[in-house]
Amino acid sequence: MTTIAETAARRRHAGRTRLSARHREWIAGYLFVLPDALGLLVFLGVPMALSLVLSVFEVNGFGGYSFVGAKNYLRMWNDPLFWKGATVTALYAIMLVPLLYTCGLGLALLVQRTDRFNAVMRSMFFAPHMVSLVVVALVWQFMVVDKIGVISRLTAALGIGGFSFLGDPNFALITIVLVSVWFLMGFYMLIFLGGLQDIPRQYYEAAMIDGAGAIARFWFITLPLLKPTSFFVIMVSMVAAVAGAQAFDIIYVMTKGGPANATSVLIVYIYQQAFGFGAFGYAAAMASILVVVLMIVTAVFFALTRGGRFNHEQ
Amino acid sequence: MSSKRPQPYFSRSQVTLVRGLWMMVTAILAFMTLFPLLWMVSIAFKPAAESFSSNLIPQSPTFDNFIYVLTAVPFIRYMANSFLVSATVTIVALFFHTMAGYALARLRFPGREVLFLSIFSTFLVSLPVIIVPLFVIVKAMGMLNSYAGLIIPAIFNAFGIFLLRQYYLSLPKEIEEAARIDGAGYWRIYWSVILPLSRPIMSALAILFFLANWNSFLWPLTITSDPNLWVVQLGIANFKSQYSASWNYMMAASTIVAIPTLILFVIFQRQIMDSLKTSGLK
Repeated sequence: MTTIAETAARRRHAGRTRLSARHREWIAGYLFVLPDALGLLVFLGVPMALSLVLSVFEVNGFGGYSFVGAKNYLRMWNDPLFWKGATVTALYAIMLVPLLYTCGLGLALLVQRTDRFNAVMRSMFFAPHMVSLVVVALVWQFMVVDKIGVISRLTAALGIGGFSFLGDPNFALITIVLVSVWFLMGFYMLIFLGGLQDIPRQYYEAAMIDGAGAIARFWFITLPLLKPTSFFVIMVSMVAAVAGAQAFDIIYVMTKGGPANATSVLIVYIYQQAFGFGAFGYAAAMASILVVVLMIVTAVFFALTRGGRFNHEQ
Repeated sequence: MSSKRPQPYFSRSQVTLVRGLWMMVTAILAFMTLFPLLWMVSIAFKPAAESFSSNLIPQSPTFDNFIYVLTAVPFIRYMANSFLVSATVTIVALFFHTMAGYALARLRFPGREVLFLSIFSTFLVSLPVIIVPLFVIVKAMGMLNSYAGLIIPAIFNAFGIFLLRQYYLSLPKEIEEAARIDGAGYWRIYWSVILPLSRPIMSALAILFFLANWNSFLWPLTITSDPNLWVVQLGIANFKSQYSASWNYMMAASTIVAIPTLILFVIFQRQIMDSLKTSGLK
């Protein structure tokens, strides 16, 4: 009898202390996460939601808000410059993503062997990524100045000159894409190097014993085993391209969206509407479309990578 | 047993030749990649008359461009602002992110997974997309044209939390146990066990955060109109609109802006590149 009561009491007691220890862990957990969670909520979460709210308002010159319903969205539908911006954004992404993938992977394969020479080469390929986009844009603008810039003269000497890199609507966006590639390729080279590192050497050795050439090895070992890396690279570069993560700074300095809106990616147009004309509601409406697109992309990304755990045992 | 290596298909001299060619191609491409930066520095040392000459090494190198830029424009002030903002953001961000990463990786509490998923879902939301509402919020908080406005919103990003959490997940379970047996609370464990262990990843993140903030342009452009608060990227963009024909001055200014980051890169290239290399997928 007594022993049973004792055990029960002890168990109850043990249970209580375990519970309070657990509660202490809960409280500690919440407190530790609080600063970041609060900050992300205020400066990322709320803006995302506010984008939607703002988009049904019109803001006048004195900062007064008036509810206008779907007016901003209708305006967007009928605004040729919005569609131009969407088209330019899509073109930018369509050109940038494959080019970056190819350059990033190409460079990674080029400097894959670990030796001192390649270590220096890697740093050289990566160096542009360390420079701010404002400086990047300035330097490239200087190099492609019509007729006298060093690259303009080089292309003229090669017989393919005579056009204006930034003044010609047919070339301006391509120039912006190439500058973006130059800036980003070193970063993606590193990501690919990380992926290549994880491919077991034995696979290559076995393939070589079987007589597989370099191309076969690339095609049947490297590419399939790089799938998670490739996936990551394509998604991240796509999202960055659509959101204008790099494009904005480059375009702002080099062309401001011109000539003839040829480089007016959506984000640049949104920025002009908001901070040039004070059309916050309209800008928010366009931005919220972008937020929705990016949220869908991120959700797909997330679902396919099983909660952000990019493990290779898929 | 059979450690027979694959038969070489080529003779040693052929292999050497291919490797030599390979290295040459790599070196040429690397030089081409670096060329714009070399060109920038070169023009910065050339007098105006030489701006569009095609020699990479200046014929009559001069410091005049640098002196002009540093005296005609308050570049020192811009650099000081940039330094203040970047350093503060870096320190506070590291503090908050290690705390959050520690809790998300090693403490158990209800809602932890949901919280992590919500944080992760902001991973790919970049500043340009939310710039309009963010401006409205920061304006409502009265932080336009202030250091607080430059610093506080820049602190929070999911990238750092994500990386730190992954790092803390990889640490063995035993490390906290000794401290816990000694009766240490969670704060003491964080402060004297977890933080010292995260020194390598923290130094890598510190460099990345500092660089990202030193190089950031869009946010300062949007919220600071007061030239006294301008960071260096704003200063140089504005410099361009004033001196659009004086490329020698502009390249000198660009060099001044780029040099700190390039020096950081030369010193810390291993840490920077290693941390970015693993940021993708681990």
